[in-house]
Amino acid sequence: MPLIEFENVSFAYDDTPILRDVSLQIEAGQLVAIMGGSGSGKTTLLKLIGGQLRAQHGRVLVDGIEVSRLNEGELYQLRRKLGMLFQFGALFTDLSVFDNVAFPLRERTQLPESMIRDLVLMKLQAVGLRGTADWMPQALSGGMARRVALARAIALDPQVMLYDEPFTGLDPISLATVGQLIRELNDALGTASIVVTHDVAESLAIVDYVYFLDQGQLVAQGTPAAVRTSTHPFVQQFINAQPDGPLPFHKPAPPYAQALGVQA
Amino acid sequence: MKLLFDLVSRLGQPVTNTLIKLGFAARFQLAILRHSATALLRPQLTLREIWFAGVLSVLIIVVSGLFVGMVLALQGYDTLQRFGAASSLGILVALSLVRELGPVVAGLLFASRAGSAITAEIGLMKATEQLAAMEMMAVNPIARVVAPKFWGGVISMPLLAAMFSAMGIFGGYLIGVQLLGLDEGSFWSQMQGAVDFRLDVMNGVIKSLFFGFAVSLIAVFEGYDAPPTAEGISTATTRTVVTSALVILALDFILTAFMFRGV
Ligand SMILES: Nc1ncnc2c1ncn2[C@@H]1O[C@H](COP(=O)(O)OP(=O)(O)OP(=O)(O)O)[C@@H](O)[C@H]1O
Ligand SMILES: [Mg+2]
Repeated sequence: MPLIEFENVSFAYDDTPILRDVSLQIEAGQLVAIMGGSGSGKTTLLKLIGGQLRAQHGRVLVDGIEVSRLNEGELYQLRRKLGMLFQFGALFTDLSVFDNVAFPLRERTQLPESMIRDLVLMKLQAVGLRGTADWMPQALSGGMARRVALARAIALDPQVMLYDEPFTGLDPISLATVGQLIRELNDALGTASIVVTHDVAESLAIVDYVYFLDQGQLVAQGTPAAVRTSTHPFVQQFINAQPDGPLPFHKPAPPYAQALGVQA
Repeated sequence: MKLLFDLVSRLGQPVTNTLIKLGFAARFQLAILRHSATALLRPQLTLREIWFAGVLSVLIIVVSGLFVGMVLALQGYDTLQRFGAASSLGILVALSLVRELGPVVAGLLFASRAGSAITAEIGLMKATEQLAAMEMMAVNPIARVVAPKFWGGVISMPLLAAMFSAMGIFGGYLIGVQLLGLDEGSFWSQMQGAVDFRLDVMNGVIKSLFFGFAVSLIAVFEGYDAPPTAEGISTATTRTVVTSALVILALDFILTAFMFRGV
């Protein structure tokens, strides 16, 4: 049974459809990338899994449980299986780096403080930031904050890991390390992981399967090998970073000349 | 006819919005109460909030209380001596403070000093997705963040009001006895004789408890309800102070009417 399953899921903010008829399946031990342009609905898709948003049509199943049917208590129970890296880190600004990573351990387990300390330092070591344990989040650079948030997200070794753009703002060395870390965590724990990303090279190197999302619809999918040789125009444009193709760079808008008030 | 209709619907809109908001606030209060046991089982969370809301407000409360008491004494002395009753100054100062000014002024100061800070902090945590991150870690932000702040405010408020009254009475003593030369013994003994513990002191404490409840609920609710933008948070902060002030004054009228009717 897949750990995460979308069955014909549609979601709209008010009247603006964001996701349309999305179906996908992710097994335990599988690491999947979701790629798509800005605003294509990737973060929204992750929020549906965590129950922060509820699908209007179709079913989102996590470990066989339909998320949108759960009451508050059941939802919190389900979230114990999840770990999520937020797109902008979302570190607690009133807690130090150490306390941020310790937060889920302290809140959700009864572990003694000495063991929590060891676990936190291990997680920080894994993202290369053990030296910043005593810092406040404000002192971190954007990329460092992202890595601390990653350490916090994996602190409890969740069954399902959701990474919202883990590679953005990382230098090439941390990028490769974080990519490897995501792969290793996935394999060591048999996690089902979703990586939302724009980083074609890094993600094709580590993931098992790729979904392409365009304006809320899945337009293509396949293994990295298949994707590299795909002739699908959208995939071609995306992985080769071509400005022209089915994926427009511009959001729909009135003609440019008209907006500037000049006669064409 | 159409004009009338427009007028009614324009009046109706804010009324409906207010009612909807009141409904949300009531549900929010219930959620806080439901999660209070979990929060209060970890007293250090609430203690931390008492530190931020209460202890850090002590300075402004003490200084304001002193000044209010001194002004009361100056004004009261001027009026009382016209009737040859200047020696009752202690009673006037103490009763005004314990019954009214202590709870009300301390409540207003508390709303602007601590209430606004609570709203801004919760609003910012929401805007930067800290609350969402907490939810995703299966930690309920109402239990972990909101309830401790709420109870911290409820507990701090009566203590601050008591401090305000005590400082005010001391200010009255400084002016009445030290500056204007009233007899120290009669200042204190008249005050003791006239201030009733249950009727005056306890009613003052009950008032400040009500105000603490109201201000804390408004502050956490406005923060939690704020649109996650810079403008949304600034509006919410202002609203906390304004709504709290109105609610304190209205509540004070209602409570006074019940407590001191026909006394
Ligand atoms: N709270 C909201 N209310 C209304 N519309 C929203 C809201 N949040 C997001 N949207 C819209 O939903 C669409 C998808 O947003 P989403 O955040 O899922 O995009 P994304 O694929 O994660 O983009 P990016 O790569 O830039 O992070 C966007 O067009 C956005 O404008
Ligand atoms: Mg996004």
